[in-house]
Amino acid sequence: MPLRSDIKKVLVIGSGPIVIGQAAEFDYAGAQACRALKQEGLEVVLVNSNPATIMTDKHMADHIYIEPLTLDCVKRIIKIEKPDSILSTLGGQTGLTLSMQLAESGFLAENNVKLLGAVPETIHKAEDRQAFKDTMEAIGEPVIPSKVVETLEDALDFADNIIGYPVIVRPAFTLGGTGGGIANDRDELHEIATNGLRLSPIHQILVEKCISGWKEIEFEVIRDAKGNVITVCSMENFDPVGVHTGDSIVVAPAVTLADKEYQMLRTAALNIIQALKVEGGCNCQFALNPTTFEYAVIEVNPRVSRSSALASKATGYPIAKVATRIAIGYSLDEIVNQVTGKTYACFEPALDYIVVKFPKWPFDKFVYAKKTLGTQMKATGEIMAIGTSFEAAMMKAVRSIELGLDTMTKPDFEKLTDAEVGQKLYDIDTDRSFCVFEALKRGIDVNTIHDITKIDKWFICKLKNLVDLEKWLADGKLTQEKYDTAKKYCYLDKSIEKISCQLIDECGIKRRHAVYKMVDTCAAEFAAETPYFYSTYDDENEAEEFIKEHSTGRKKVIVFGSGPIRIGQGIEFDYCSVHCVWALKEMGYETVICNNNPETVSTDFDTGDRLYFDPLTFEDVDSLIATEKPDGVVVQFGGQTAIKLTKHLQDIGAHILGTSAESIDAAEDRELFDELLEKCGIPRPKGHTVFTTEEALASANQLGYPVLLRPSYVLGGQNMIIAHCDSDVTEYMQIITSHKLENPVLIDKYLMGTEVEVDAICDGTDFLIPGIMEHIERAGVHSGDSISVYPAQTLTDRVKRVIVAYTERLAKALNVIGLVNIQYVVYNNEVYVIEVNPRSSRTVPYISKVTGVQMVDIATKIMMGHSLKEQGLPTGLYPVGDYVAVKVPVFSFEKLHDVDTQLGPEMKSTGECLGIAHSFEAALFKGLIAAGFKMYDKGGVLFSVRNQDKPEIIEIASRFEQLGFDIYATSGTASTLIRNMIATNFTYRVSEKQEPNIMSLLESGDINYVISTSETGRSPARDSVKMRRKAVERSIACLTSVDTAEALVKCIEMKKSIDDVEMVDITKI
Amino acid sequence: MLTDYKKAYLILADGTVFEGKSFGAEGSVIGEIVFTTAMVGYQETLTDPSYCGQIVTQTFPLIGNYGVNSEDYESGGSVVSGYIVREYCEEPSNFRCEDNIDSFLKKYGIIGLYDIDTRRLTRIIRESGVMNGMITNDPGFDKDKCLEKIRAYTVGNVVPKVSVKTAEEYKAESAKYRVALIDYGYKHNIRRELLKRGCDVKVFPHDVRPDEIKEYRPDGIMLSNGPGDPADNIISIATLRALIPEQIPTFGICLGHQLLALANGAKTVKMKYGHRGGNQPVTDLELDRTFITSQNHGYAVVADSIPEAAGKLSHINANDKTCEGVRYTNAPAFTVQFHPEACGGPHDTAYLFDEFIELMEKERSGK
Repeated sequence: MPLRSDIKKVLVIGSGPIVIGQAAEFDYAGAQACRALKQEGLEVVLVNSNPATIMTDKHMADHIYIEPLTLDCVKRIIKIEKPDSILSTLGGQTGLTLSMQLAESGFLAENNVKLLGAVPETIHKAEDRQAFKDTMEAIGEPVIPSKVVETLEDALDFADNIIGYPVIVRPAFTLGGTGGGIANDRDELHEIATNGLRLSPIHQILVEKCISGWKEIEFEVIRDAKGNVITVCSMENFDPVGVHTGDSIVVAPAVTLADKEYQMLRTAALNIIQALKVEGGCNCQFALNPTTFEYAVIEVNPRVSRSSALASKATGYPIAKVATRIAIGYSLDEIVNQVTGKTYACFEPALDYIVVKFPKWPFDKFVYAKKTLGTQMKATGEIMAIGTSFEAAMMKAVRSIELGLDTMTKPDFEKLTDAEVGQKLYDIDTDRSFCVFEALKRGIDVNTIHDITKIDKWFICKLKNLVDLEKWLADGKLTQEKYDTAKKYCYLDKSIEKISCQLIDECGIKRRHAVYKMVDTCAAEFAAETPYFYSTYDDENEAEEFIKEHSTGRKKVIVFGSGPIRIGQGIEFDYCSVHCVWALKEMGYETVICNNNPETVSTDFDTGDRLYFDPLTFEDVDSLIATEKPDGVVVQFGGQTAIKLTKHLQDIGAHILGTSAESIDAAEDRELFDELLEKCGIPRPKGHTVFTTEEALASANQLGYPVLLRPSYVLGGQNMIIAHCDSDVTEYMQIITSHKLENPVLIDKYLMGTEVEVDAICDGTDFLIPGIMEHIERAGVHSGDSISVYPAQTLTDRVKRVIVAYTERLAKALNVIGLVNIQYVVYNNEVYVIEVNPRSSRTVPYISKVTGVQMVDIATKIMMGHSLKEQGLPTGLYPVGDYVAVKVPVFSFEKLHDVDTQLGPEMKSTGECLGIAHSFEAALFKGLIAAGFKMYDKGGVLFSVRNQDKPEIIEIASRFEQLGFDIYATSGTASTLIRNMIATNFTYRVSEKQEPNIMSLLESGDINYVISTSETGRSPARDSVKMRRKAVERSIACLTSVDTAEALVKCIEMKKSIDDVEMVDITKI
Repeated sequence: MLTDYKKAYLILADGTVFEGKSFGAEGSVIGEIVFTTAMVGYQETLTDPSYCGQIVTQTFPLIGNYGVNSEDYESGGSVVSGYIVREYCEEPSNFRCEDNIDSFLKKYGIIGLYDIDTRRLTRIIRESGVMNGMITNDPGFDKDKCLEKIRAYTVGNVVPKVSVKTAEEYKAESAKYRVALIDYGYKHNIRRELLKRGCDVKVFPHDVRPDEIKEYRPDGIMLSNGPGDPADNIISIATLRALIPEQIPTFGICLGHQLLALANGAKTVKMKYGHRGGNQPVTDLELDRTFITSQNHGYAVVADSIPEAAGKLSHINANDKTCEGVRYTNAPAFTVQFHPEACGGPHDTAYLFDEFIELMEKERSGK
């Protein structure tokens, strides 16, 4: 079947800001979809509120709306653009839910819009718990005994009287299992069910029998309209059922199933996709009893997903692209397999390697949060490693995940007693795989570990192989045989030296570089042209052959990617890396990408000329350089992950393109940086470098509180606090010293002024600033967590001139070739520098889109020797355009229990969205709506603020009061407000344990907004933290900065709805 | 496993030598080296008689993960000449696991080789076509002498070796049909699929005479898979030719498919490296649907050699467009190159057994 003739213009709905459970994988899927549609000559309209994505790039679609992903907005865009179809299955849960709501409301039928990919009936059957159960029963596929309930009483009755405890609660229509969990008894069920019912948009939860301990197996399947069905990939979880698949180590293909079980589940997956009539990709999750053939269908997602992105990267099969083609009419046997060029999409990939996916959790930032894993996903990102054995893939995975580990040994576990290690095996948390490894090292046997963890013995035995290998390495002289065996398992040379306590060179051992094998979808059965490689320690180097055969004579550049998505280093760096590659390709360079994140566009094998899916450590990079022999390497677009490689790359003789290693060092080393500022005559907040608690206290008192404390070399404000008193400093230094940080701690006078951020491009002579951004929140809130406005709204011309002048001086002094990001604070009309990052930044994608200055492309050209002038570009501050853009951060607090939501110098947001309009107010309004704020016109506002904020809160409270809101406050705040003639309802704090208590008030549903600030937070035991957590659980907007509260009240005062503001097609800016 | 191993070598007809480690039985063996891309089902592969005379290489690097058990045999034992894997699992994990693959190979005297770069080997075979080779434990092997023997080797006519010597009968519960299964080296799941569908099955040796079949008065004839060059099976082909006029519903798989084609005057050809694995797409031309199939063959029926009067092409391989099935017009017969009985591999084409039942039902009610 060819392209359907009734499709001419397609609306693609993206997945919005990055949140836990919905990350960069949908940018990858969406970008593939847009390209596939455009290749077919279709007109593409795109809506996505996330400006950091590649899919919202001007050439990805014909019309692009960076607008809130709400039903009203999408309806308006449909009215404006009049597409004939909507692709529902590429935008994650957000896209699918919106599509279904549009269809069910009759809006699509009224406007003659077809739904492609999954029709409402399909979505309903897969997503509605009861409909899903009925469908599975009708085709004879077993499901876990369960009941869909809409009240707490029914949930308790079903668990008490029918299935017994433990039970799992799964709310309908929520992301990444939000609001779900395992309840071991009646009390726990009471809490989880209440929460789940509230979070489900249709107030429905599933209560099901808990089958923890069963194997969790996934199949990615594809179906076309003819009914052809294939499975792309099977996957098996390291953790048995009970841990969300997004939080489990996953291997592909499934390894512990014999053909009988494998085919049983494969056939079940195909039956399911046939019954659901999906036209495109579908993910089926199964639980398999490890001691019988009994199985149950856990979940089906009739759309592309995180797992499908992983399956695509694990196999080389481009699921999103194929799913898009199917949605517009093609059948699987018509779509050519791009990898081989000879075969068709209607086949099942054969792997001749094994893939390990390892999640990246945010707990290095959230020290007080529980690391426990359950049915609610907590990982922000993931990495993938490819090896010819599980052991090798695992070794690569553990160093890709950037936990500071290069083997499975976790240093803090080494300090535990045997008994403590044995006890720790019972914890189902983020460290479980490391704990199993430590247990094996202590001689705890495989069966015991299996009995406790229920992890399949296959995995435990494989980890034991690593333990045995390490024992062998440590036992006696390091020999060539030992070395070669360790290399085969992908140990780093430095790990081999550490484990054996011997130096490789002193043992007369011949060191080895890695060679590369191709990922070709067919296990070498057909000659393939996929430029997609992974490292092994064999003899044959397929990459070298490939390079020879495809030699172009063009100059060659390697671009290093940014690794796993984490708080502080997100999708924006993938945007930058991909843009750099595209710019290089356009200039005629041969481009090579090295990265390890399976969710991203950068690891799509046709983004560059070649892709290496490997860890980003010194030694891994050495092998790559040896094989590729590049003319230059690019590190400034891959975040801290790539920046960290700079000095090493330079040491091994690679030519660093752009800003040099010395300049990067000068910006990051405190003393060098201070010298530089002095030379340039630029002030910065006063500060010192300290190592001990005593030094820190002395320094803090000398500077005067408040002070800002942080370790040198930071990422996303990691471990950064503002201290207001000695005890804050002491607490902080204790945490830092317990982490055994080798770098010193920086302590600075904290200036509570306006924070301003600039991204500039510099060619060594001239510089260009596309725009000056101003933060709504005063300094103290991490720039990634602040609402950022372009162009700056409150700065005087003089201040702007100073900022431009400082930027020029700094860029030149640092000899920046490419991008530089500088953060300033404006305090009492004076401009101070806070931080300089001679690399790409979080704000580059959005500024590029709003100003039309393609920063990465320009910077890349500069790195390759084309000055700004040569590129015909202006210098200095770029003229301000007609639009105001407001970037609003988005958090994933509902997924992370025990995390204090109060914003501070440590970054907490996982993603962002953008509001664009002609006026600041309208842009802010759209940005807040996109970030999930609801604009109520009446209701209740609860205030509980620290002393220093009390004077400022009066005006805000008064404005809320005038709007007709009821005002509530805790004692101190209440008396301030009442004294200022604001009618305030008094409420007790949590610990005061009296009614009217703040907790029951939040439960009552009378509160629409909470404004809460406190002197110190973090510890989940504190009153203020408990209150803010309650607000998160009740989905009440909680603002922790007076400035954000002011912005919100400003929007409410506009008394506008989304229908009153313009929709902006950014391709027309 | 780290220190306790013996070296073993693979010598290819083109002179390439791989050094690996020995598992399974020890000694030397020559065979035709083939590779299978199936990621599961190694026990079914090892017990598939179609691999007789061949050294089987697994492209998936981790083999033996779930061990072996007494239920997943596709024949009485294993007749592969040799077995090559990248890594075998010493400590398998599965609730049905009874033993590991090393012991299994030892039990059947199969010489195994592991810890070589199987992808490199696969690429050599892909580029040069199937090749003979030798696995040996002897580090002092004389390469030239070995090469002489390797190059002289042919699989030969091995069907007699794997076929039953005398007929065997299997009764279905509440049988409705009688099926004569001619055994060229049949996989047991063919029998199981028939029994499951209410067919009594009588397994006849490959050299059964036509009147023996007729005496059994079967409702249908099932032609099994099997090893080697189809053209070597002169007696079997003659038998099939004699049975065509009897108009007995016939279903052929793999070698059975090739033999019926030869009996009808079509030609077969040796493929460069064949199709072996569980992921081959086959298009059913009548249904206009493509199915994922399990395959194991090194010869194919030449699509345009099928006489028009005899039948027509019914299935093609979606990748290389080779003949994957024939529907006969001169008799109630259809045959396929792939393995609808699966084991290992996907069960997506099991519907063909239902078609066979329907065919028998139709012929019976027609009479």
